[in-house]
Amino acid sequence: MDMNRIVLRLYITGNSVRSQQAIANIYRICQEDLGDQYNVEIIDVLEQPQRAEEEKIMVTPTLIKQLPPPLQRIIGDMSNTEKVLLGLDIVPEGLQVRLPED
Amino acid sequence: MIDQETDGIEKLETGIPGFDFLSDGGLPLGRATLIAGTAGSAKTIFASQFLVEGIQRGENGVFVTFEEPPKALRKNMRGFGWDIQQWENEGKWVFVDASPQPGDRPIVSGEYDLGALIARIEHAVRKYKASRISLDSLGAIFSHLSDSAQVRSDLFRLASALRELGVTAIMTAERVEEYGEISRYGVEEFVADNVVIVRNVLADEKRRRTIEILKYRGTDHQKGEFPFTIINKKGIVIIPLSAIELEQKSSDIRITSGSEELDRMCGSGFFRDSIILVSGATGTGKTLMVTEFMDGGVANGERCLVFAFEESREQLIRNATGWGVDFKQMEKEGKLKVVCRYPETTNLENHLIMMKDIIQEFKPNRVAVDSLSALERVSTLKSFREFIIGLTSFIKQQEIGGLFTSTTPNLLGGASITDAHISTITDSIILLRYVEMYGEMRRGITVLKMRGSMHDKDIREFSIDHQGMHIGKPFRNVTGILAGTPMYTAQSEVERLSGLFDEKI
Repeated sequence: MDMNRIVLRLYITGNSVRSQQAIANIYRICQEDLGDQYNVEIIDVLEQPQRAEEEKIMVTPTLIKQLPPPLQRIIGDMSNTEKVLLGLDIVPEGLQVRLPED
Repeated sequence: MIDQETDGIEKLETGIPGFDFLSDGGLPLGRATLIAGTAGSAKTIFASQFLVEGIQRGENGVFVTFEEPPKALRKNMRGFGWDIQQWENEGKWVFVDASPQPGDRPIVSGEYDLGALIARIEHAVRKYKASRISLDSLGAIFSHLSDSAQVRSDLFRLASALRELGVTAIMTAERVEEYGEISRYGVEEFVADNVVIVRNVLADEKRRRTIEILKYRGTDHQKGEFPFTIINKKGIVIIPLSAIELEQKSSDIRITSGSEELDRMCGSGFFRDSIILVSGATGTGKTLMVTEFMDGGVANGERCLVFAFEESREQLIRNATGWGVDFKQMEKEGKLKVVCRYPETTNLENHLIMMKDIIQEFKPNRVAVDSLSALERVSTLKSFREFIIGLTSFIKQQEIGGLFTSTTPNLLGGASITDAHISTITDSIILLRYVEMYGEMRRGITVLKMRGSMHDKDIREFSIDHQGMHIGKPFRNVTGILAGTPMYTAQSEVERLSGLFDEKI
């Protein structure tokens, strides 16, 4: 497996607006910024509450970056692309690089 | 599940000692009750005990912890004899762990809500068929959500989810002041139908715990603050003072005071279910009266119990031997139980519960407490009053005789605070006083009050020797003994005064 591969888990609650937005946003960010270097698993906590329990998920939507380490949680509907990328370590910390906006 | 709108409000017996009385039957079934209190006011214990008592009644419980991790809770609650781990293994208790995780600083990107937590809670309740749930404490939700409008909306979602599930819920909330806003964020109380406040007030350098039902939508409850205490192996025990009803039977059966002469002064002994207060300065013979009271009981084949708060066991036994009473032998025969405690070892509420437990276990026919004044030292005035009321009413309900002693601060005359507090509760009052005459200290005894009976109104002299107490003649020509200023009066004046009253009658 590729060392640089990013493994993500997105916890959502059913068809709520925020959940659907989070799914759309994360796919968009992945496609635009991660190329094909990613895996996203979507977990609906209404259907799999046990998994939310195991990960002690409090709020939805919650995105967990499983790999590469360190583990990072990002919460919200993923509407702030900059923050998501920061959480995914795509923008190196310390460097004031601004990503081009559409 | 209950239809909340149409049915009357049913209640769920919590099993927490005293609470079901206070709340007139327990917590409203299928509803949420907020337990608000400052730090250290026993909210978490209340929340845990609510589940524990449920498990003991065959009802499963869910504990949602927002602050302490489950590991810490399991450990902390062991002291009460609650083996949470065991119940978890048996599927009777389940944690929903919402406690802060180490290194948990999520990055925020957009809006979110507590949907995951609510889903976890619903899952736990359904899976374990729980009928009780505790959430400890709501305020911590604020640390997960930044926006207070979001908190409000999520709390309402949570509350309605719980209502849907039909579980009876306890939610705890932190308060900032003992007497002030109900909860820290001012939102918590709106999600619960009922509000109970627990307090841990510092008064006179002593802690006093109380519980008050503030709001109990549409249902009856006792009003005001009630003292409670926390006991090893038991948890919270509430002392419901107004539960005490004045409906004790009072019998005409007389029991001996242990002294024939005193029996005569009281009109042939004390009443069986009465409370007798013996008041006097130090060294006037109060402990002697306790000893005689015990001796008289044992001689009649009664079981006797003495709580000593002033003297050690050895001292007490030695003193009794000095008056010709063998406590050791009586204890060996199981007729007597001597319980010695330092008043300072614990608070008054705990003393009361300990004493009740011993009385229930030993089932005595008579009880003596020596002395109440020693207990007065360790409490606030209010606690002391509640203690006296609690103890006397309990003793009366058991239909046993009680003899309490109280020390007056002044050597001559005077009354103590103890006397002022309990004189109306006691059935009989016996005063022991020093009488100074011609440079000599002598002792006087009088029966000040004897409910429901004729009694000797004289102040009699008494002496103490190796056989105990001997009551002699009245001080005929001395006045002012009770006031502490004895005055010698001429014999002719005494005769003139007594003649005066005779003529009037």
